[in-house]
Amino acid sequence: MADNKIFGINGPVVTVKNSTDFSMMEMVYVGNEKLIGEVIGIDNDTTTIQVYEETAGLAPGEPIVSTGNPLSLTLGPGIISNIFDGIERPLKTIAENSGDFIQRGSDIPALDTEKLWEVTITAKVGDTLQGGQIYASCPETPSITHYVMVPPLLSGTVTAVSPNGQYKVNDQIIELTDNQGVKHALTLCQKWPIRNPRPIQKRLECVTPLITGQRVIDTMLPIAKGGTAAIPGGFGTGKTMTQHQLAKWCDADIIIYVGCGERGNEMTQVLDEFGDLIDPRTGKKLTDRTVLIANTSNMPVAAREASIYTGITLAEYYRDMGYDVAMMADSTSRWAEALREISGRLEEMPAEEGFPAYLPSRLSEFYERAGIVETLCDKTGSVTVIGAVSPQGADFSEPVTQNTKRFTRCFWALDKALAYARHYPAINWISSYSEYDTDLARYMEEHVHPDFMKARGQLITILREENKLMEIVKLIGADVLPDDQKLTIEIARVIRVGFLQQNAYHKDDTYVPLLKQYKMMDVILYLYDKGRELVSNGVSITKLVENGLFDSLVKMKYEVENDHLEKFDQYKENIDKAIHEITGK
Amino acid sequence: MVIEHLGLNAISGSLVVLDHVKHATFEEMVELRLDNGSKRIGRIVQIDGERVVVQVFEGTKGLSLVNTGTVLSGKPMEMPLSPEILGRIFNGVGEPVDGLGHIYPETKRNVNGTPINPVSREYPRNFIQTGISSIDALMTLIRGQKLPIFSGSGMKHNELAVQIVRQAKIAGANEKNFAIVFAAMGVKNDVADYFRRSFEASGVLERVVMFLNLSNDPIIERILTPRCALTAAEYLAFEKDMHILVVMTDMTSYAEACREFSSSKGEIPGRKGYPGYLYSDLASLYERAGMIKGHDGSVTQIPILTMPNDDITHPVPDLTGYITEGQIVLDRSLDGVGVYPPVGVLPSLSRLMKDGIGEGYTREDHAPLANQLFASYAKVQDARSLASVIGEEELSAVDKKYMEFGKLFEDRFLTQLPTESRSIEQTLDLGWDLLGYLPREELDRIDGDLLDKYYKPHE
Repeated sequence: MADNKIFGINGPVVTVKNSTDFSMMEMVYVGNEKLIGEVIGIDNDTTTIQVYEETAGLAPGEPIVSTGNPLSLTLGPGIISNIFDGIERPLKTIAENSGDFIQRGSDIPALDTEKLWEVTITAKVGDTLQGGQIYASCPETPSITHYVMVPPLLSGTVTAVSPNGQYKVNDQIIELTDNQGVKHALTLCQKWPIRNPRPIQKRLECVTPLITGQRVIDTMLPIAKGGTAAIPGGFGTGKTMTQHQLAKWCDADIIIYVGCGERGNEMTQVLDEFGDLIDPRTGKKLTDRTVLIANTSNMPVAAREASIYTGITLAEYYRDMGYDVAMMADSTSRWAEALREISGRLEEMPAEEGFPAYLPSRLSEFYERAGIVETLCDKTGSVTVIGAVSPQGADFSEPVTQNTKRFTRCFWALDKALAYARHYPAINWISSYSEYDTDLARYMEEHVHPDFMKARGQLITILREENKLMEIVKLIGADVLPDDQKLTIEIARVIRVGFLQQNAYHKDDTYVPLLKQYKMMDVILYLYDKGRELVSNGVSITKLVENGLFDSLVKMKYEVENDHLEKFDQYKENIDKAIHEITGK
Repeated sequence: MVIEHLGLNAISGSLVVLDHVKHATFEEMVELRLDNGSKRIGRIVQIDGERVVVQVFEGTKGLSLVNTGTVLSGKPMEMPLSPEILGRIFNGVGEPVDGLGHIYPETKRNVNGTPINPVSREYPRNFIQTGISSIDALMTLIRGQKLPIFSGSGMKHNELAVQIVRQAKIAGANEKNFAIVFAAMGVKNDVADYFRRSFEASGVLERVVMFLNLSNDPIIERILTPRCALTAAEYLAFEKDMHILVVMTDMTSYAEACREFSSSKGEIPGRKGYPGYLYSDLASLYERAGMIKGHDGSVTQIPILTMPNDDITHPVPDLTGYITEGQIVLDRSLDGVGVYPPVGVLPSLSRLMKDGIGEGYTREDHAPLANQLFASYAKVQDARSLASVIGEEELSAVDKKYMEFGKLFEDRFLTQLPTESRSIEQTLDLGWDLLGYLPREELDRIDGDLLDKYYKPHE
């Protein structure tokens, strides 16, 4: 291979002249410091490379070394509980090696190559293994067992097996001879290019909810395991807060949290908080199921573009073992802006608002990697993708929000007015939607309560009714409305403040099981029905309001602990008693 | 051996192009020597083989294709640093302009800085008391935070910044390890002077490092001004263990300088002509705030920006809001009725406050009280818009109470003298006093226990 040298440098983009050595999307080492780069354009005399690190100080004439491989991740035990940068370099190790500030050119293996894993080998000599089949396993964290799989594109016969015991990630575990007679030493890890989806057997229907414990999501706007959701919102509306709540409480086995172009302190907060929190389902630490990928807003922009793919590739790898994985991407707008920035440096023709014309196809490629599937080893696994979108000027008509809307099936629109009134989560129940509600109806009716969907439907009707009435109230005040409409407004207030609003800092309210969600709806609707009876009998609504029933329902989310759901019966009795007093007089 | 490249190939705006330059490195500094003996500095911003594009800091006025020689320095832009910089005044590119001579450097640092590893960051939790009720109670400033002031032309953001600087009490900081770095970008001479006089009057001048790029200084230097200032701040914070408050004004001028520079380079513009990388560029400044594990020092930023036409969706405030940890928004209508400081409570926010307040930091009731004040003040706005349609007389009894609460909140809670410093206890007690004008049923954000302890209704 001829010695290739840097010709031009413009920000993160470097060019090479008159070289035919490179292939598209190949990973290369740039300059004397061996910065990691990727080939993004080739024409007859110029090869264009984007560099994943700061390019200041590079000079023309420095060497560029081809690796022959596309940009790939090392997949193996040691990923979980770790924190990586956008191209899977472990930030903890970088901090140990080069101090508090990130220096470039840190060529560090992604996984700890010295750590010993307690490996149980399940394959035997003579077994025929297909790609994706499991040949060994090891406990990766107290809550996750790591299954070691044959790389998806390889198959053959096992010709040698090591005994059970302690191994490092690069030690040979089995030897596989393919049908060409070539011997492959399989270790605990494998490589996979980040831009290619990992193969599966087939996709399954999304019919199981991802239970998040957030009422406005689980009840009103549910998401399925294997589904996709977008959280758009202006700054300060609580995108990151919502993502954090989901990462903490949702019932996925593994969480991949990608901080893409966001604040450094937020990543530190996740590291801090998740280290202290206990996963309610396993009783283990939340960090035992979490992987963090941090490309903060001041880290190199090209690695930001890669960080999303790194995240989804890790998610797919654990999905292939049969886990339910949820990936949070905060924020996909920064990713789109990274595309725009690099596209601008390449002097490509811009489409809407300077974004490249291929923005929609990149977005759809990414979201289509979500799904619930039958894996190559005949297990069921899922990848759920929840992407935050940061629209410029909180204007949802901008290209990233609009295109994301096309490729996701849940749209949780965060509303500035709600956030200003400190109504959190500030998900607007009128402009948001979920296309999974009918798919999940059966699960809710079978596993939670047969009337779950009916109650939900009634809540939605009341809220929509209130929305209409508020138009009138804004003009003439609430006092002139007839009593039945006043009742709707009062009940809607209970639903908004007592049900939709949820306090992330309250021990019982931060996570609410589905059954409690149903019981809360049930009590609210009970009061609504009784109230309607009263009103139709000509009793004034003010009597009902004055005795504090509505306010007691607003506070029931705090008063009823998650493990004392029988207290809801007391609320119904109180309603009956109060009604009796009113009608008795 | 120093090679001087004679002549230039092209000049466009603040950029010059040189050909046949060997051994140039990206972002390296160069010196341009004119025939008349004057010198200018520049930075390499693009390389294509032997053709390099140089950005000239003092502008290209007077340069011709033949009267200039260029010398490469082989180094990126560095700033000489030592503890002596305290009390000194520099221009936008870090050269002393107070006539007190050069700095004898203890060390030199690349002004572009490097990102702090998120693993090494310490999550900020220490409350800074500014003595301003609206800020302390509702958008608490935390040590290591970046909290910008969104203002508009003619509003009192400078007074507010000076008041914060004068009154700020950082827990654990004393006079010895507290200092201010002030970066002025494109501000008027009298504004810079106002800050200098105010620092002097409050006796902190010898603990201030000033970087001045006034509105008639070259815009290209403006791009480096905040970088020099933050390099100085990081040096003092993480090598000298000092608590540094960085005030940067005006970020809008900075962004406009970026736009001017970008368009002269012929880059494809993004929204409103600002370069597509404005977000990354602003982030490379704002993200330099923070605290690092194992270091006592901290960098807290208060950037000030003026929103063109008071438009919060303008790219500069918009992108800033996405990077910073909250914002203090000044409100034109409050300013108009003489409320000082005119803090628009509802759009303002501090993201870090939740972890730095409450028991052990301020007081147990702080978080619910702040929540309730926000929620109640939001209802005041509803009542007011209703009153403007049907008249105040026609409002329901509860709405009338909200009207009264809103008025008192603005007159007594928001308003305070520029010299008045309220302790956090005073501020919180004042908040409770105001909530006393609302009926207890309306306070749905506060637990019953706290209400029993603090709530006292007025009759």
